Amino acid sequence: MNLPIEQTNPQNWYLVLSTILFSIGVMGVLMRRNALIILMCIELMLNSVNLLLVSFSAYAGNTEGQVFVFFIMVVAAAEVAVGLALLVSIYRNIGTTDIDILSKLKW
Amino acid sequence: MDNFLALTKLITPASLVALFPLLGFFVTSLFGKSLKHASGWIASGMILLSFICSLFLFLNLPTGASLNFNLLEWMKWGNITLSFGILIDPLSLVMLLVITGIGFLIHLYSIGYMHHDEGFSRFFAYLNLFIFFMLILVLGNSYLVMFIGWEGVGLCSYLLIGFWFKNDAYNDAAKKAFIMNRIGDLGFLLGMFFMLFYFGGLDFLTVNEAIKSYPINNIIIVAVTLLLFVGAMGKSAQIPLYTWLPDAMAGPTPVSALIHAATMVTAGIYMICRSNLLFAMAPHTLEVVMWVGVATSIFAAIIGIKQNDIKKVLAYSTVSQLGLMFAALGMGAFESGMFHVVTHAFFKALLFLGAGSVIHAMGGEQDVRQMGGLWKYIRITSMTFLIGTIAISGIPPLAGFFSKDEILAAAYNSHKEVWVLLSISSMITAFYMFRVFFLTFSNSFRGTEDQKHHLHESPWTMTLPLVVLAIFAGIAGFWGMPAVFGQTHLFSTYLSPVFEESKSILGSEHHAEHSTEWMLMGIATLAALISIAVAYHFYVKSKLVPEPDSETKGFAKWVANKFYIDELYDNVIVKPMMVISDILFVLIDKLVVDLVVMATAWIVGFTGRTLRLVQTGNAGFYLFAMVIGMMILMFIQLVY
Amino acid sequence: MLSLTLLFIPLAASLLLLFTRGGLSRNLALVFTLVQLGLTAYAYSVFKTDGATAFEFLRNWSVKPFINVHFSMDGVSLLMVILTNLLLPLIILSGYNRETERPHVFYSLILFMQFALNGVFISFDGFIYYIFWELALIPIYFIAFNWGGENRTQVTLKFFIYTLAGSLLMLFGFLFLYNGSPQHSLDWASLIANPSCGCNQSWLFWLFFIAFAIKIPIVPFHTWQPDTYKTAPTQGTMLLSGIMLKMGTYSLIRWLLPVLPEGVKEWQSLAIALSVAGIVYASIIAIMQRDLKRLLAYSSIAHVGLISAGIFAMNISGLQGSLVQMLAHGINVVGLFFCADIIFNRTQNANVEGIGGIRLVAPKFATWFMVVILGSVALPLTNGFVGEFMLLFGVYQYNTWLAVFAGLTIILGAVYMLRMYQKVVLGKPIMENMVFPDLFWNEKLVLITIGILIFVLGIFPKPILELTEPVLKTILK
Repeated sequence: MNLPIEQTNPQNWYLVLSTILFSIGVMGVLMRRNALIILMCIELMLNSVNLLLVSFSAYAGNTEGQVFVFFIMVVAAAEVAVGLALLVSIYRNIGTTDIDILSKLKW
Repeated sequence: MDNFLALTKLITPASLVALFPLLGFFVTSLFGKSLKHASGWIASGMILLSFICSLFLFLNLPTGASLNFNLLEWMKWGNITLSFGILIDPLSLVMLLVITGIGFLIHLYSIGYMHHDEGFSRFFAYLNLFIFFMLILVLGNSYLVMFIGWEGVGLCSYLLIGFWFKNDAYNDAAKKAFIMNRIGDLGFLLGMFFMLFYFGGLDFLTVNEAIKSYPINNIIIVAVTLLLFVGAMGKSAQIPLYTWLPDAMAGPTPVSALIHAATMVTAGIYMICRSNLLFAMAPHTLEVVMWVGVATSIFAAIIGIKQNDIKKVLAYSTVSQLGLMFAALGMGAFESGMFHVVTHAFFKALLFLGAGSVIHAMGGEQDVRQMGGLWKYIRITSMTFLIGTIAISGIPPLAGFFSKDEILAAAYNSHKEVWVLLSISSMITAFYMFRVFFLTFSNSFRGTEDQKHHLHESPWTMTLPLVVLAIFAGIAGFWGMPAVFGQTHLFSTYLSPVFEESKSILGSEHHAEHSTEWMLMGIATLAALISIAVAYHFYVKSKLVPEPDSETKGFAKWVANKFYIDELYDNVIVKPMMVISDILFVLIDKLVVDLVVMATAWIVGFTGRTLRLVQTGNAGFYLFAMVIGMMILMFIQLVY
Repeated sequence: MLSLTLLFIPLAASLLLLFTRGGLSRNLALVFTLVQLGLTAYAYSVFKTDGATAFEFLRNWSVKPFINVHFSMDGVSLLMVILTNLLLPLIILSGYNRETERPHVFYSLILFMQFALNGVFISFDGFIYYIFWELALIPIYFIAFNWGGENRTQVTLKFFIYTLAGSLLMLFGFLFLYNGSPQHSLDWASLIANPSCGCNQSWLFWLFFIAFAIKIPIVPFHTWQPDTYKTAPTQGTMLLSGIMLKMGTYSLIRWLLPVLPEGVKEWQSLAIALSVAGIVYASIIAIMQRDLKRLLAYSSIAHVGLISAGIFAMNISGLQGSLVQMLAHGINVVGLFFCADIIFNRTQNANVEGIGGIRLVAPKFATWFMVVILGSVALPLTNGFVGEFMLLFGVYQYNTWLAVFAGLTIILGAVYMLRMYQKVVLGKPIMENMVFPDLFWNEKLVLITIGILIFVLGIFPKPILELTEPVLKTILK
């Protein structure tokens, strides 16, 4: 297999960046009340993980991680398609996407 | 070789004996509707054919020989093989003749007795089925085949006691008979398991061979014999399993005569005679058999004194006589017991049929207090009934005297105290039998005008059996005349090959002096005469009539109510059982056992109901919980 | 290949029936079960001449986990297949004078049940066996749920979950067996060849035992049964009591005894004691039952208790007896429930103490009912006696006192059966204006067939004993 390419940046940078992105995503998910933004924050989290996978893959010289990333991107795209469609539909019916108001699905 | 040839010729008739009644059963039950009253004749004819077969066997069986063959393998597993097989020897032949002979007469009698009954064909179907099973019982060459007949006659007894099924009291009596018999049958069954396990087979040959290697009074043999005796107690109505027999009088009278006097109830005695070697090896059991017999004999005789239902009196007398037979067996006097079985079959069948004729004449009345003076109206019945009564009381030279005397003599030789007790029992028997006779036939009529108008002698189909039975009740005793009369005891000689080995184990009977025997006979006859005189004094001279049930007092009340044994069983066994049944169902099954199951379900449900409250519908909270959860997981991952 | 045909016919018939309507489906169902019965007879003759070879079907299904589709036949399997396919036509015939809603679905489910039951009895690989075991539960659930009586939602749910919970334990058991066995296979032959698998048989026993005990049912795992028998439509009850509970007893012999011999030996005494206690317990409860079907349900518990006691006695008498009795009990219990159904159908009354007097108006019915009862109380010359005699002897060989207690069934059986018969059939009618026509043609046919079977098996049990003896000897080794 192909050897690890000489990396100019230390791997920690990627880790830190990905952690920051992930934390932003988490905070967004926890603190925002708009479902659309929550969805986007989830995407952000997914992408931070993608970044992590890619960096590890590159540093370890193992392509499996990169394959994984493609899978995640496909899944995320599908998820966004469905999720956005749901949100649009909810907005049309109820007129809001505030998750505090959207609490009918209980018990 | 000659013997062998002679025996092979007997195989066909031996197989046919039991087949005729079965055939009769199928014909009368399948085509009963269209045959109407012809079914009675067909059924009787079948029994007659059986009787002829038995007679043929009796005449052609070489002396000292026995015929033993298997018809078909029944069950076979592991190293055990159980077959249907037939054994013809003097013992089974005697029973065969009694069953088919008396059976035929009673069939004939029933044609007249049941003439107006709507279940005429059904009755004969049952009777034929009964004879079939009874013959299987007697013919079987193994305990298992005997057990087929044993349970089969129980079934027929159930069907026939409850023949008039509209009456619930009759049904109760039938059920009681079946269940009490079943208690005995369990004993029989367990006895068979012991034999199968320890002796390796159930046919008489195997068992008799196998036990030779056991010492006397070996625990296994005692257990087997005791268990078999439990079976005999149930079938032959001994204490404590006797209460079904008096109730069994609910059935039509010919049934009482055939099943509950002459044949089925003697099955227990036949079984013990059949296993005489086994019992001879277990003197402990014989002791038990003897005392149970003595106790039953006296107890039932005492109850008999105060019964006013003509059939009930006869029933208790049957129980008492059966006790006498068991006492004989218990003393090792097997052939005396068998002899009494035969003579008893004649006179008791006669008495029951006579009673049936009386009931027939009285239009269904069974209470002797409503009878009286019947001598004038139904002469043949009265005379034959008198012969039966004399025979059972033990007045020479009628049949009962000889057989009873033999048993008493055996008792005198071995157990003096038993002799005293049995003599008392015989005295009581003579008393209550004559009490019934006098109440029924002497003095003047006490019934209603209607009944008096209705009085008539029975048709010939009913009187002919009475006459024939009366003749036999008269002369059957001569078959077994004791040695004092300078005769060989024909009956004992005939049966001796069967009991040879057990006699040698029990030791030779020391025969009493002739003078002692004369004395014993004298005492017995005198005692019976005194009883009769007392009965005559009370019921003919003083014209006493037993008081109505409500006026009996004190000890008499206890006796009249059969010492409240039925009530005792009812309160100690039946009712508690019902209560336990309800308790088990409601309390244990519904509450405890099912509760565990339902509790499991409830816990699951409860957990679900509680936990669903977490589902508030607030997505923000879900997300928050999720993140917290992930953090906890991560933390755990880090720590461990 | 013959074994596949045995499975294919009912399955195909079941699917085909969905496309039919009305009376046609019933007739078709009868025809197909009769064909299946004929095939079974043919299978019997083949088995007699060639042995198991004609039935052998072995294909690999999956390598990891290693699963074979393995159908085969030995004497015990054949006996159970005969039982199943013999009773099915009778069960279908018994519905001929009844109106059933949506008969095509009903009979399709019954045939599907036949398919699953046949599968259970001829599977020789644990996984396949398990699949059929579960498959058999589905149709009977829907039969009881859709065509049942009062309270059916609750009762059928309880039944379903209860038995399913048992099956789950068995699944765990199989997984442990699979992992523990050195060859990593659940094939019956390999399992009994290496019975000492690496696992602890002591508790593995319980996983299987409870699963089977619930199905049989052995006291105290029985509480689903009386209610279910009462609620299910009679044909469903016949399936349940006549065949389905034999799955449990069959599995004891096929899977528990030879596969976990050490575990069985360890718990043998407890298992027998439970079974014998169940006999007495259920018999006593049956004495005072007021509901006809429930009374029969308890009597059935008592009878199968004796069967399982005989099996756990682990000797040839007990095992042979249990097999004869399985066949006998299947026939008798179908007859009993059919009689109960006839009574209920005509009087709309299931109270034992509230009917009476049937004998007066329907003597034929009374006679045949009596015959079935005689078989059930084990009168000699009936099929019940052969089985009970051998079973009790088997228990006796294990322990004398247990045999005494187990033998109480002889007495108590007579008590509750005769009491029931007396109250229901004899005496004078209690109900006013009771209309009770005597047997219709199909009822006559069913009851007479059962009656004849009762006596034939009681007098000629030898072919059955010969059929099963070699298998049982292998199992006992």
